[in-house]
Amino acid sequence: MLDIVNVEKTFNPGTINEKKALNGINLHLDEGDFVTVIGGNGAGKSTMLNMIAGVYPVDCGSIIVDDVDVTRLPEYKRARYLGRVFQDPMTGTAANMQIEENLALAARRGKRRTLRPGITAKERKEYQELLKILDLGLENRLTAKVGLLSGGQRQALTLLMATLKKPKLLLLDEHTAALDPKTAKKVLDITEEIVARDNLITIMITHNMADAIRVGNRLIMMHEGRIVVDVKGEEKKKLTIEQLLQMFEESSGSKFTSDKVMLSK
Amino acid sequence: MEILLQLFNALPGSVSQGLIWGIMAIGVYITYRILDVADLTVDGSFATGGAVAVVLILNGCNLWLAMILAFVAGLIAGAITGLLHTLMGIPPILAGILTQLSLYSINLKIMGKANQSVNVNQTDLLVSLRWVKEFAFHNPLITVGVVLLILIAILYWFFGTEMGCGIRATGANLNMSRAQGINTSFNKVLGIMISNGLVAFSGAFLAQYQGFADVKMGQGAIVIGLAAVIIGEALFGKIFKNFALRLLSVAFGSIIYYIVVQAVITAGLDANLLKLLSAAIVAIFLAIPYWKRLYSEKHMQRVKGGKTNA
Repeated sequence: MLDIVNVEKTFNPGTINEKKALNGINLHLDEGDFVTVIGGNGAGKSTMLNMIAGVYPVDCGSIIVDDVDVTRLPEYKRARYLGRVFQDPMTGTAANMQIEENLALAARRGKRRTLRPGITAKERKEYQELLKILDLGLENRLTAKVGLLSGGQRQALTLLMATLKKPKLLLLDEHTAALDPKTAKKVLDITEEIVARDNLITIMITHNMADAIRVGNRLIMMHEGRIVVDVKGEEKKKLTIEQLLQMFEESSGSKFTSDKVMLSK
Repeated sequence: MEILLQLFNALPGSVSQGLIWGIMAIGVYITYRILDVADLTVDGSFATGGAVAVVLILNGCNLWLAMILAFVAGLIAGAITGLLHTLMGIPPILAGILTQLSLYSINLKIMGKANQSVNVNQTDLLVSLRWVKEFAFHNPLITVGVVLLILIAILYWFFGTEMGCGIRATGANLNMSRAQGINTSFNKVLGIMISNGLVAFSGAFLAQYQGFADVKMGQGAIVIGLAAVIIGEALFGKIFKNFALRLLSVAFGSIIYYIVVQAVITAGLDANLLKLLSAAIVAIFLAIPYWKRLYSEKHMQRVKGGKTNA
């Protein structure tokens, strides 16, 4: 369960670059909710995910994951509840460490790191099995450095790392945006497969409207740091892109402007 | 011929010094290559190690205990730099310089004066340059060589543990580390501590080897450490992939550095120019990866340009 209550965030307050990034966000997610997030540039989508992850502190409001108030916890302590995949494939993995070492780091998320071995023979077997799900041939390259992998392979690996220890919440920040269409589809398919398998609460930012409508059971649209459209269940299943754009214009009072989103519908 | 003979005679001494500085260079490797931080604390903590060991030995302390306490002194020095960086937000290079400067005063206080000698005739020591040509176990080549191998074994084990992997991940990718629940500030401090512990340990060996500790004995140590890391990587980087072997190649780099230094001095170079020469060599080697990249980018441009013209 996730509760975001009245969260606000202003960057560079009191300067000429002042930017109100989040303007009172309220969001409640239950077990098994998979929400897709769309919105123009600067709408506050990534900021919202970064607030949940604790990348920077909120100005006010609170963030509650499974009855634990994480609002004041530093990023590394919140990590025990969260699985994260970033837009840039370079961000989610350590390039100069091996595939198995990256997975082993992820397997210890939320645990104290002691003087026990960083990876065991038993784990290697498990990772080999897990990597087979990806169907990218990585199961035979456990000791290869991650820096040798393609962007798509790295995103798929990051996804596996994010869900290796079942998180309370999976945060996907445009994780297919930097990939070519074919690879993007593959990574999105793997995402849906893992989310369904583990019944994870998921928030996925995307710039692809068709994906946003097709994937998940809820869709929210953001504008100027607010959630302006929120569609669930049956209503979401029947939604079309035209309807969505109309809903956006009605609730925000402005035209939906994002070249990236429009071009990819 | 004369020169070669001289060089050969000086070889055991150069190798011993290389081995001692090799321990120091492994410390530099931990910050510079694993943590991706250039830590200048080492110039101070190297002398701290020497000062602590010499003063303890003069007061009748057990030799190995003195070495361990020198190591601990290095840990503390590293912790100060680490905390200056993580708690006070001071950039790592500046944090290291601040600690290094304050260590100058502390080292003077430890020794009570700028230079403290320890005579091998009057006091038991672990290593001494008097023994470099002796065919015995207390020959520094053997003592330091064995200790170096033990240290490499311990480091190899440690960087394979959960904690060690956390330090490596912190140096490799901060964002990813935090997302995986790694306390990156703690790991930076820990890494800098271990590095300076080794550096001080090495300083403790050198003080005994040369028969004195001096507040200036660590001056330019970072450059020698970097030179050893770079030489080791340049010569053995292609064949040594395993972590333990990489640490070993750093030690080899240090030995080769001291043999080269001995060679240029024997050949008649003014010893006063030595530090200038070391700095120039390190500067060039640091520039090589950058130049390589510039060259390959230019080369790419030319290839592409050629295609569109054709």
